[in-house]
Order: sequence, then structure tokens, then C-alpha cells
Amino acid sequence: MEAKPSQLRLEPLLWILFSAGGVVAAFLIPVHLFLQGIAFPLGWARTPDYTTTTALVAHPLVRLYLFVLCSVPLFHFAHRIRYTLYDGLQIKHLNEVIAVCCYGSAVLGTLVAGFLLWNIH
Amino acid sequence: MKSPASTPAYTLNHPRWYRKRVSTYWWLQRWEYLRFVLREVSSVFVAFFVVTTLVQLYGLSRGPEAYAGFQNWLKNPFVIALNVVSFFFVVFHSITWFSLSARAMVVRIGGKRVPGALISGSNYAAWLVVSAVIAWFLLRG
Repeated sequence: MEAKPSQLRLEPLLWILFSAGGVVAAFLIPVHLFLQGIAFPLGWARTPDYTTTTALVAHPLVRLYLFVLCSVPLFHFAHRIRYTLYDGLQIKHLNEVIAVCCYGSAVLGTLVAGFLLWNIH
Repeated sequence: MKSPASTPAYTLNHPRWYRKRVSTYWWLQRWEYLRFVLREVSSVFVAFFVVTTLVQLYGLSRGPEAYAGFQNWLKNPFVIALNVVSFFFVVFHSITWFSLSARAMVVRIGGKRVPGALISGSNYAAWLVVSAVIAWFLLRG
């Protein structure tokens, strides 16, 4: 079997991003989601106001953290959905299209996150 | 049947592999399969969380009114319900990820393999600590 050179170089990177995204999502997202999506809206805890949040996000390390929090889980999502569509729903004839759409959306989300975090003040 | 001598340009037989047709809904047939697919589907909720966070950052960059608008959107009962569902899926991802890492990571100390329960146990402990630190940052404001 002859593999395309581009696939050979890209697959391990995508696998690493999937794995890193899985770790980030497993450790960090539940607490964020619980506070932001459930506890704050229901009034179980006081929602951080605009000024405290902007002061927090102003710190470069917090921005870096938020960038990682947003970007790698998107690659995790892309990888899983790609193979779920492949194995689960057996959509095999659209393999390339699905891969481009999945990883493309992850790249797009990463760019948006970078742009927003770079320009926030 | 013609003999190979009379037909020199014969074609080789290419038998197609026998493959049993698998139903598109194979993952509904057993709980283990369904659990696998639900684990994969949890990534959709991970993506939903990221998109929400990006919208939040956008609101933050637009100013106090836009940010208040985002916070009000979060108070919509449908959004809260969606976030509750998301939360369960994301926790499901965490649990499956930690038990997976116990099998994927082979740690040896003194030539003996560290039992998987210890690896996933330390993962859970780290999860608790990390969550507490993040909660402290978000709750002290």
C-alpha cells in the first residue's frame, strides 16, 4: 500500500491534538461548564461581573490558558466526529470531505479564539 | 470452459472479499456499543462549550452591554437545560478518559507495573484539585 506523503506527516499531529484535547476537556471543561452554564445562571453563586472578568482576562497567562482551553478540545471534537461518521454511520465515501470539514472547523475556531484573545483589552 | 492454451490473454480471477453487511444502526444493538457512541458524541458538547466560551469572549470584547446580554442568554431555561445535558456528557467524557488512560499508560516502578486503579485514582485526584483551583479563581471575584 502506498500512503500519500501528506497523510504520513499529518496523522500523528492530528492524533496528538486529539489526545491533548481529550486531556484538556477531561480536566478543565466540567468545572467551567458547571459554574458558567449552571451555577451562575441559576444564582447558586455570584456571577463575576464585567470589570473583574476583564481584569482576569487581561493577564497574559489567563489568555494563554483560554486559548488552550478553546483550541485543542476542538481538535479532539474534530477527530472523534470524523471517526464516528466513518465507523458509526459508515459514511466512507465522503472521507476526505468530512476530514477537511472537521479539522477545518477546529482550525477556524482556533483562529477565532486567537483573534478574540489577542484583541481583548 | 476454455483452456488457457486457446485463450492466451486470459484474465485473472479477482474474487471480492466476503463482507457481512453491517447495519447503519449497529451501535444500538448492545449497551457497550451505545456507550462507545455516546462517549464519541460527548465531543459535540465539548465543542458546544468552546463555542459558548468564544461567544462570551466576543461579548467581553464588545463591552459591558454585550457581556450582560450574553449572561442573560445563559439564563434562558433552554440554554440551562442544554448546559445540564452538556455537563453530564462532559463528565462522562472525563470518567471514560481517566479509565482509558489507566489502560493506555503503562507505568512501571521498580520493574512492577503500577495498577490501573492507582493511575485512574491519581487522575481523579488531580481532576479534583484542578477543578478546585479554577473554581477559586472564578468564585473569588
